[in-house]
Amino acid sequence: MSHYYNEADLAKFPQISEYQKAMGDKFFAWYGEVFKEGALTAREKSLIALAVAHAVQCPYCIDAYTQDTLQKGCTEEQMMEAVHVAAAIRGGASLVHGVQMMNKANKLSM
Amino acid sequence: MSSLKARRSPLASSQEQIRQLESPDFQLPRFANKLKEAGLFPLKPKKIEIFQVNLGKMCNQTCHHCHVDAGPDRKEIMSQETMQICVDLVREHQFPVVDLTGGAPEMNPHFRWFVTELKKAGAHVMDRCNLTIILANPKYNDLPQFFKEHQVEVVSSLPHFSKNRTDRQRGDGVFDKSIRALKMLNEVGYGQEGSGLKLNLVYNPSGCFLPGDQGGLEREFKARLKADYDIDFNSLYCITNMPISRYLEYLIRSENYESYMTTLVNAFNPAAAGCVMCRNTLSIGWDGQLYDCDFNQMLDLPVESQNSRHIRDFDLASLEKRDIVLGQHCYGCTAGSGSSCGGAVA
Ligand code: SF4
Ligand code: SF4
Repeated sequence: MSHYYNEADLAKFPQISEYQKAMGDKFFAWYGEVFKEGALTAREKSLIALAVAHAVQCPYCIDAYTQDTLQKGCTEEQMMEAVHVAAAIRGGASLVHGVQMMNKANKLSM
Repeated sequence: MSSLKARRSPLASSQEQIRQLESPDFQLPRFANKLKEAGLFPLKPKKIEIFQVNLGKMCNQTCHHCHVDAGPDRKEIMSQETMQICVDLVREHQFPVVDLTGGAPEMNPHFRWFVTELKKAGAHVMDRCNLTIILANPKYNDLPQFFKEHQVEVVSSLPHFSKNRTDRQRGDGVFDKSIRALKMLNEVGYGQEGSGLKLNLVYNPSGCFLPGDQGGLEREFKARLKADYDIDFNSLYCITNMPISRYLEYLIRSENYESYMTTLVNAFNPAAAGCVMCRNTLSIGWDGQLYDCDFNQMLDLPVESQNSRHIRDFDLASLEKRDIVLGQHCYGCTAGSGSSCGGAVA
């Protein structure tokens, strides 16, 4: 049975370079650089990635960064708090537009 | 949780474990071929620096990931006679480090005598202490003091600074007892700056994933154990779970076997392969048999040297010439930064 999302496809990610090598190579080099220990620790970056993976709802990234945060010693509580941060920003981003709705409603109403 | 042996699991047999590991169904590259590509085949030992003695399979715990299939039901322990031969060899060859493991080595009734004799023979002694043994019975409560008197380096498993993660791997209540035992070790000076008493912790992933960067995890463990429990220790060793014995059973049961082995194979690191611990370690079984490492010991894969397979027939020259016995489980030592009894190697 074919799926839009296939777990095994994650391992094939590097193959995107086959159609556009120069850009693919640049992307993977940059990606590697981004996740290195820096002003933020590799562990902090992994938790951010886990949160963003949930915000963009990418199943591959969710699998990859669940594994990566576990490997980096994060606890389940920390991982779920990261997901709540993503959810809070998404929820907040919708709700803050309520102000725009209110502004418009006020303008249109007597 | 009880041992595979007590449950009469087919995986209690080392042949069954090897059958699973060597099964062609999974189409994994042969470890020996990977070593050939890296120019390391046949794998040869260097000078023996670590004389690792397994004092037996008896243990007060029954951890889910145990590669020894140890537990309270296991009665196989080293005799004093075999220990005496070990002491004589350590004295004769001046092996610098003797690494005591098990099971819980301290449960062997001759443990304290053995440590005392090894010290007299001039060796640095390391004890792989599971921590909870210190509280398991009043007769073990003074172990921290005993370790201190004999300047024993203590290496202890603590899979995580979270109670939940530790207890899931090692059994209910293990985390709280481990913390109490660590405090007792700290109180006599272990892990304290300037005391010279080394307390190192061992981290094993509690699940189907590889250990992360050892330096990063050590920083995190130090900060959390200090802040939450005021505990100090020296170094954290990250050890990859080997796909044998009870961890192998877990992998098969949780349907993670193939993906774990693939992860290990994909993470093969030639630099780590050059530094695997069997190159400078000799492993002695509870019954005096000789092995390249504690993992080969559990798989009943003795050293290749035909004339020196038992401590009674110990022949250093022929052991130094041997080829190390390899299998698919060896991928556990070469993934990522590598893994040994002293943690990452590359
Ligand atoms: S892992 Fe260590 S403490 Fe746990 S059962 Fe095995 S020998 Fe005992
Ligand atoms: S499992 Fe043993 S023999 Fe194999 S690489 Fe590791 S230490 Fe060496």
